[in-house]
Amino acid sequence: MCLNNKLSEGDKINLSDLIGTLDKTPSALIKTKKQLKNLQHNQSTLETPLTRKETEKIQREVAFEKTSKEVSRWQSVVLQNQKAEQLVFPLNQEPSGPKRIEHVVAGWKAQTPLEQEIFSLLRMNKQPLHDPVLTPTEEASLRAMSLEEAKIRRAELQKTRVLQSYYEAKAKRGKKIKSKKYHRVQKKVMRKEYLKQFDEMVKTDPAAALEELKKMELSRMKERMSLKHQNSGKWAKSKAIMAKYDDGARKAMQKQLEVNKDLTQKLVIPADEDEEDEEESAETLPDFVNDVEPILDQVNPWMRGKLSTEPMMEESNRLDPPVWPREVGKPGEGQDEQEEDEEQMEETEEESLLRGFEERRKLRQTEDKAEILEISDYDEEAVEISDDDEEAGLSNFTSLFHGLVNHMEPPADQPKAGPGLRQGESPALLEEGLVRVRTLEDVELLSQDISTSDTALLTTQILGTEETDTQSATQQADKKRKKMIDPNEVLTKEAKVIEMPLAPTAVEDVEDKEEQRVIIKEAFAGDDVVSDFLKDKRKQEEAGRPKVIDLTLPGWGEWGGLGLQPSRSKRKRFRVKVAPPPPRQDQKLPNIIIAEKRDSSIAAHQVCQLPFPFEKPIQFERTIRSPVGRTWNTQNAVQKITAPKVVTQLGAIIEPIAREDLIKDNRQAVTGPSINLESDQGPQKKRRSQQKKQHKRKKN
Amino acid sequence: QHLPALTALSPFPEFPYFIHIHAMKVKVLSRNPDDYVRETKLDIQRVPRNYDPSLHPFEVPREYTRALNATKLERVFAKPFLASLDGHRDGVNCMAKHPKSLSTMLSGSCDGEVVWNLTKRECVRTLQAHEGFVRGMVVRFCGTSFFTVGDDKTIKQWKMETPGYGEEEEPLNTILGKSVFTSIDHHQKEGVFVTCGQQVDIWDEQRSSPIRSFSWGVDSFSCVRFNPVETELLASCASDRSIVLYDMREATPLKKVIMNMRSNTLCWNPMEAYNFTCSNEDYNLYTYDMRYLDKPFTVHMDHVSAVLDVDYSPTGKEFVSASFDKTIRIFPKDSGHSREVYHTKRMQHVISIKWSSDNKYILSASDEMNIRLWKANAAEKLGLLAPREKAAVNYSQKLKEKFQHHPQIRRISHHRHLPKSIYSQTKELRVMKEARRRKERNVRKHSKPGSMPVVTEKEKHVVTVVK
Repeated sequence: MCLNNKLSEGDKINLSDLIGTLDKTPSALIKTKKQLKNLQHNQSTLETPLTRKETEKIQREVAFEKTSKEVSRWQSVVLQNQKAEQLVFPLNQEPSGPKRIEHVVAGWKAQTPLEQEIFSLLRMNKQPLHDPVLTPTEEASLRAMSLEEAKIRRAELQKTRVLQSYYEAKAKRGKKIKSKKYHRVQKKVMRKEYLKQFDEMVKTDPAAALEELKKMELSRMKERMSLKHQNSGKWAKSKAIMAKYDDGARKAMQKQLEVNKDLTQKLVIPADEDEEDEEESAETLPDFVNDVEPILDQVNPWMRGKLSTEPMMEESNRLDPPVWPREVGKPGEGQDEQEEDEEQMEETEEESLLRGFEERRKLRQTEDKAEILEISDYDEEAVEISDDDEEAGLSNFTSLFHGLVNHMEPPADQPKAGPGLRQGESPALLEEGLVRVRTLEDVELLSQDISTSDTALLTTQILGTEETDTQSATQQADKKRKKMIDPNEVLTKEAKVIEMPLAPTAVEDVEDKEEQRVIIKEAFAGDDVVSDFLKDKRKQEEAGRPKVIDLTLPGWGEWGGLGLQPSRSKRKRFRVKVAPPPPRQDQKLPNIIIAEKRDSSIAAHQVCQLPFPFEKPIQFERTIRSPVGRTWNTQNAVQKITAPKVVTQLGAIIEPIAREDLIKDNRQAVTGPSINLESDQGPQKKRRSQQKKQHKRKKN
Repeated sequence: QHLPALTALSPFPEFPYFIHIHAMKVKVLSRNPDDYVRETKLDIQRVPRNYDPSLHPFEVPREYTRALNATKLERVFAKPFLASLDGHRDGVNCMAKHPKSLSTMLSGSCDGEVVWNLTKRECVRTLQAHEGFVRGMVVRFCGTSFFTVGDDKTIKQWKMETPGYGEEEEPLNTILGKSVFTSIDHHQKEGVFVTCGQQVDIWDEQRSSPIRSFSWGVDSFSCVRFNPVETELLASCASDRSIVLYDMREATPLKKVIMNMRSNTLCWNPMEAYNFTCSNEDYNLYTYDMRYLDKPFTVHMDHVSAVLDVDYSPTGKEFVSASFDKTIRIFPKDSGHSREVYHTKRMQHVISIKWSSDNKYILSASDEMNIRLWKANAAEKLGLLAPREKAAVNYSQKLKEKFQHHPQIRRISHHRHLPKSIYSQTKELRVMKEARRRKERNVRKHSKPGSMPVVTEKEKHVVTVVK
């Protein structure tokens, strides 16, 4: 200290002077002397302190980190409130109804001797005084572990105990067995198992294996140091005397030596060599080994389909197993193929025909148009030539493809789609206009006006309902046409068709520009999209054709009853033939299906785009279909369904959420299971969702 | 189904057995009177119901019609304007809510200030607080006194109670500052308040000099607000187009974000500690998460002129904004567009706006010396509702929500009348925006791919975040 003072006071004093004086003083200050000397030697200067700007920046950053962390504690509360089915404001309302005397009267004391006695007793036994719910020990135990956890834990413990006892018993039994052979065999088995384990360990956990190896090395070292198996012990010496005469003794000695040899043998680690070998072999192997292996998955038609698309282009440079044309069949599948029924055969014939067309087409190589549509064009011919019988229920892909085609189809429709899209984009946007709505008539007019103007604007919509309608209609038509065939059978047949690898549909020259087409092709590689499309179209046409209306009523002018048919003449008379409808719009457009089901007058009232939170039309339809009102639901259900999201109390001031809420929430989160016990005491949170949960728990 | 068998058994086929005889016990059809008798004659008649869906067909069309009617009625009953409080002799510049009383409200005009009683719609007390503008006012959290700042560089504290007969109207406390104060806000629980002007000052009520001052290269602030939840946090809008965050406990500001244009005011969400919304000169409002200032998480568009003020509803679900375009708009807190727009013929530029703390009303103060009282939900029926009424309201609300995506209902519920000037301006803005977008798209199309990255609407408005 004094040194420092001196230094700071006078700048004429040199450090060396001081050290000089220190030399004269006794040895007590050697340490400081050393330090000072070090100081003298040390030439490096201190860093200049940061500028004010920079320090402030650092301070700011640190402070921001701190506060943002602090604020982030609210995240869970905020999320919870956002998700809550119902929020009741003000948040912290006192529960209505009578309160306990302890809550209302603060300074209540036991006064009469009897009361005092009772309370002292209670206190002695650590019983709860105010809210007779839980003793401290009970609470502690609850906090420590929930009931379920405890049960699970107990079960686990029981199991381990039982296992342990089993094991002990087994070991005891094994130990009692006197047979040497048994033990020898046992040991051998153990060793084998150990070896196996070790091998596995080498593969799975090399570190542990290394440990094991080290252990082995250690045992070897020990063996080498000791004389245990070197026939130098007492027993060995006695045996050595006997060895001349006794064959067994000789063998025993031999064995000892062998053991020694085994144990002292140096371990060879073969792993490196193997690796090298592998590397070499890898080098020698041809490149295609590293390519992605073609998946010949029998189950997954998609993968197979994809395979079938590729070979035409890549057959030459790849060594993939050749794709067997359909008729030939794969060698493995040959038998299966033969077993297929007649229908299947027809199918194949048709397929081959199709392919023939395809090939011819390939030869011709017309210019690019809308490619898929082209294919369909050709295939239409093919299908027309081929048998009609194979018409079956729609596969899923057809409808998908249908949708896709519709998407691609109408360039004329695109401007129409514009406003509809814009509508969908901004659901919250107000439609502001110059019309002021005052009465119901105004509103009526408004809607009418819009509907008339809207009809022209609305996009072609394929609502789920409509689609299902058409589908069901087509299916019905199908049933009529072929009553003999069960639709399920037909469907299975269809699936089989998909299984076969088909070359023809995919034979196209690939260009980079037409990525979309390629993607579609890949996606629908396995199934015969084109003929499906055609079938679909024909079905639509069928459905659109007018049906003969039969108005015959039994019993008029003749006998009627069970098993009696109206006479033919009568039936003829009352059959009404409907005039054919105007020709279909897509009559001359072979590649397009124009849905004529769409009714523009209804479409103006239908939702044309899937609203935001929904992912599938079905979900949306379901919400619309389930009624809300009292006519269809019970009183309680209606109350529950129609409960408003935010409830405010009339004339109550809503305070901002307070820190206590956060703490309370956290505590509730921590002491999850004990909520149901505590819920009936103290001020309650009025969150409906939470209350519901609690009720559920109580029920449980 | 048993009927034919019974008739076959009975000697008189015209009179099938309805009474079953079993072991000499006569079973007669009987009903429990509890099921059909009312307890009092004031009760509603009990109607037994059969919920078999086949008996109640066409549920979707029926509910659709109900929903349509409900939306129409909602539009018909949408009469949000309640009252106009007139009496100021100059434009009303600021307002303050009373934290303990719903019916009391304070307003400061460009020449003095007034305390209002809302239920009676009358002025309770007038006092000349400052010379020149009253820039800001705030009621202390306990509701017993309030603070005002004005153009005369003073902060004054006043008693909430009206002075008795013969007493003079004098402030409890007056602090003379060095520069003009533009805004004031009070801490939620402690005797601390904050003012801003050339810098952000934090004051203790007991002292005459600020306990802390923050400045960060800016010389003029327009608004400062305490966070109502994390009560030590502050945010301010500055004239260099920035929003600055502070922590009262720290020596330095926390962070600031600089935007394309100046923010006028901001308001913290009272239910979400880290969210705040600022009203900007570029006609938009921006909601920020204070932890991620690099872009707002919602941009609220719809105004056609600078937004001057914003206030959150006490439930934190919505906020209301006042604009220079003479309208008030209500936005859901996470929606980009407004759900409601209020305007009247005589309302001029709306300068200040407040959402009442019972979530029912909105107060707007405007240039033409009036304060207007609006309903927060335009079609809501005020006052107590009978339980059946309440149920009906809930039901129709649910129906509207259920069918909200149907075009007809959507059109009706979203239709709003707008003054011609605003309507045409909106259209114009839309055209401009579309043109800008088209141009950008074209430029991108004709430039090297990747050289014109797509900038989202949210990112467009933030210049930098300064640490």
